[in-house]
Amino acid sequence: MSIQNREAFLDKLASRLGRERRTAGVERPQWSVTPQDEVFKGMSQDELVEVLEKHCKVIHTDFKRTDRDGLAKVLNETLEAYEGKLIITSKDARYQEYGVNEFFEEQKDQLDVHVWEAALGKENQKIAERADVGIVFSDITLAESGTVTSFNTKDNGRSISLLPRTFIAIIPKSTLVPRMTQAARHIHQAQANGEDVPSYVSFITGPSNSADIEMNLIVGVHGPVKATYIVVD
Amino acid sequence: MSIKIGEVPYKERIQKGIKDDFMRQAVSSAQGRFRTGRITQAEELGNWEDWRDLGEEIRTHTLENLDYYLQQLSEQVSRRGGHVFFAETAEEANQYVKDIILKKQAKKVVKAKSMVTEEIGLNKALEEVGAEVVESDLGEWILQLDEDPPSHIVTPALHKNKQQIRETFAKKKGYTGSDTPEELAAFAREQLRQDFLAADVGVTGCNFAIAESGSITLVTNEGNAEMVTALPDTVITVMGMERIVPTWEEMEVLVSLLTRAAVGQKLTSYITALTGARLDEEVDGPEEFHLVVVDNGRSKILGTEFQSALHCIRCAACINACPVYRHIGGHAYNSIYPGPIGAVITPLLEGYEDHKELPYASTLCAACTEACPVKIPLHEHLIRHRQIIVEKNMAPTAEKLMMKGFAAWGSNPSIYNMSAKMAKPALGPWTKDGMIENGPGPLKAWTDVRDFYAPQGQSFRSWFKQRQKDGGSK
Ligand code: SF4
Repeated sequence: MSIQNREAFLDKLASRLGRERRTAGVERPQWSVTPQDEVFKGMSQDELVEVLEKHCKVIHTDFKRTDRDGLAKVLNETLEAYEGKLIITSKDARYQEYGVNEFFEEQKDQLDVHVWEAALGKENQKIAERADVGIVFSDITLAESGTVTSFNTKDNGRSISLLPRTFIAIIPKSTLVPRMTQAARHIHQAQANGEDVPSYVSFITGPSNSADIEMNLIVGVHGPVKATYIVVD
Repeated sequence: MSIKIGEVPYKERIQKGIKDDFMRQAVSSAQGRFRTGRITQAEELGNWEDWRDLGEEIRTHTLENLDYYLQQLSEQVSRRGGHVFFAETAEEANQYVKDIILKKQAKKVVKAKSMVTEEIGLNKALEEVGAEVVESDLGEWILQLDEDPPSHIVTPALHKNKQQIRETFAKKKGYTGSDTPEELAAFAREQLRQDFLAADVGVTGCNFAIAESGSITLVTNEGNAEMVTALPDTVITVMGMERIVPTWEEMEVLVSLLTRAAVGQKLTSYITALTGARLDEEVDGPEEFHLVVVDNGRSKILGTEFQSALHCIRCAACINACPVYRHIGGHAYNSIYPGPIGAVITPLLEGYEDHKELPYASTLCAACTEACPVKIPLHEHLIRHRQIIVEKNMAPTAEKLMMKGFAAWGSNPSIYNMSAKMAKPALGPWTKDGMIENGPGPLKAWTDVRDFYAPQGQSFRSWFKQRQKDGGSK
């Protein structure tokens, strides 16, 4: 795709910097300190779950923990609390693996479940906009900040965790890392190995909020107004 | 140019600010809360100084190699199906965006908070070609409905109370509800949702562009930047040329510094990295993506002693720490960039002529420098500005205005009580017998012109009284 006016623009910057243009060979220096690597260093997955649980209070997010056998029940409770009838989910093999598809099948008289389907195009967005609940599986979970990382793809549209009134993230315990550092490093390494980053990467931390009116925290602005995380052992 | 927000003289702006009780109270409680948040986060980390050092190193390296990283960024964006336009001036940037709007025959444009589009006056340009522009950040939307400029870079509508907001909604949008913040926000959600879904084009700013992958990182709490980038088929990102990092690893560090320093959060609700156009079969995200890289005076700062001002990550920590901002409010700076960072960069971007009083809107207490997550020596830059103003022979006028400005907010006692204590350590090393003499570097020329009384054990208030009585001389 087009790149316009670049050469003159960058030549000028180089001349302001008092040197020739640099077009190759710039390496990041060794930083003198790396405090980001020290956070929760060496913690076990269970300890990270505790960190996450504690932080969920700060981010106005309900925290639940269960195992694969208990997931259907916890999901059911959460959907009831959210009065969730129309549900939109990503298309992800883990719904099958974790028995969620089976649960949806059993509940098919009560629940209207739409699985994101690329072939339907914009229709997916329209369903997401009407949906009561959006559900995604977390790809990488950041314990420190209580953040769900979602790699958005043709099977996992951004709208799922954005347009519905409420949001549920299913978090396999194995996806927990201490903080954003590990997620960023993972993406950086993939990029360095010639894999392209997904066109849309979302780091989602609880429901949307704003402090724009007299500095009062308002939970629920443009995105979901409520969020639940379900950690699965 | 639109960095400037009004023609009212500095002194009047300050007095207006001081008289507005709600604004003062709001600013002061916001400052308090933001600061507490930042300090709590810093203490929790334990090694905040290491984080700041790292932030400074990253920004220094990136700016030193800005041409290289911008080249890499543009290659990557292009490879991922996006268009890149380098704009030397505000006019060029606006023209490029206008051309897209015309080509797309776009009727409705939704925007997510962006200081740089405010700086270049993009909204006006788009309205010229007949597009309806909707600001989607709650605070910005309120200001847009009321045609009011922002007063803070993180919470732009800080100076408005909820009764005023309710009236605005009622007058402009037929709102009939109460003035509870939740109900006001729910109304905004409902109204703006329709705009998001109907928009032809989304326009965003950029917190950090990632050179290695051509990604644009956006940091919000409301989710509006996500709506703006996920729903319209055309997305245009406008970035100040310095808002870039080498890789995802540095992005992560700076985002952590930004959210902690700005709002005391570990991360905001939404951090989004958008890379080029959407891929085949993807539904969300833009079909057509444009990145506009804006200079608009920034390159004049590169290679100068003020280069570190370009390290700014727009967190507003310096603003929240500033005792002068607390008393005069954001509008008094007559710049969309208020507070200490505004006082440093506005004269650099637009020249001293219109903004020569700004470097004097400071007690040089160094609270800004201490708060800055990337360690920009803000108060030293302010001192250097004053020196240059003196060298340019603008000093007599500047000083007169300074006296008036100081006198105006000096009539308020609490500021002096807090200033005197803070100013001392900042100027400490260069004072002799209570006078600043032969200060190293920056202070030199100023002190050559006239010995400048250092705030000693005496309060700032008595210092200024004294100064005024003596007709400004020692
Ligand atoms: S100068 Fe520093 S403290 Fe002020 S807004 Fe910029 S980064 Fe934040």
